[in-house]
Amino acid sequence: MSISLAGKTFVIMGVANKRSIAWGIARSLDQSGARLIFTYAGERFEKSVRDLVATLDGNHELVLPCDVTSDEDVEKCFTSIKEQVGTIHGLAHCIAFAKTEELAGDFSDTSRDGFLLAQNISAYSLTIISKYAKPLMAEGGSIVALTYIGGERVMPNYNVMGVAKASLEMSVRYLAADLGKHNIRVNAISSGPIRTLSAKGISDFNTILHEIEEKAPLHRNTTPEEVGDTAVFLFSEMSRGITGETIHVDSGYHVL
Amino acid sequence: MATVLERVTKVIVDRLGVEESEVKLEASFTGDLGADSLDVVELVMELEDEFDMEISDEDAENMSTVGDAVKYIESKQ
Repeated sequence: MSISLAGKTFVIMGVANKRSIAWGIARSLDQSGARLIFTYAGERFEKSVRDLVATLDGNHELVLPCDVTSDEDVEKCFTSIKEQVGTIHGLAHCIAFAKTEELAGDFSDTSRDGFLLAQNISAYSLTIISKYAKPLMAEGGSIVALTYIGGERVMPNYNVMGVAKASLEMSVRYLAADLGKHNIRVNAISSGPIRTLSAKGISDFNTILHEIEEKAPLHRNTTPEEVGDTAVFLFSEMSRGITGETIHVDSGYHVL
Repeated sequence: MATVLERVTKVIVDRLGVEESEVKLEASFTGDLGADSLDVVELVMELEDEFDMEISDEDAENMSTVGDAVKYIESKQ
């Protein structure tokens, strides 16, 4: 696990706390020697992100707000990154949101508002971010988004987020087709369930974790480190032939 | 060996950034200790780690004060 990304710069969007999958990606990238830029959603997470960033080995001074529901905010964020670092080599999109009450019960009860909110934050954001990140990837780049098997098939309680992840995964393919000519690759990691702040919003999440231990080929739950190391691979030249792909890092659960 | 209350208090002080003296048995997380809904979820996860236990969604919803949490954890040990 020693791919070097020294001299490369990556943007990590969506760290909430130490349990975030985004934080697993950040730690793996930090170990690979990369320079990191962090964006957070709303003041609530700023301190938490800054405190965490201070614990990394590398000196990653750029921590910026970015509300992905606002075109202006995304543009401002990437303009600021361009002014301060010039070129970036990749971006990790680890952003999703749905109303807690819609991550339980019947999918048919999903509200129009809740549906659009989940799509807006969890899926459309990748498109607008890719648009503004593209000019910064002058040396080519790699964009990695996080998804979950609930975007491919029905998983209990995942509901409106499953539909948003399906939308995100298809966005990955269309963006891969668009951006390939600029030598920018776009892929998704479909992670097994991980005990994050977001995941705890899914009703009865502990049962989902137990099912993986019981049934998945590797009989263990996925760790943020496993996702982080796969992200480093996708950000590195080792994966230069891969784009538009969804890689499952889920102890093999998807084969069942 | 620290008592359940002492360990719960430490988790709350670390998580919510409140003074130890504010963490009384009757103090409510959202009312007295200023936690928002995400803080409460984080707190429950920290307690699960600290006491190596699982707290179900229903049980977590019934924990509104420090005393509720202590009582619940003691009942499971």
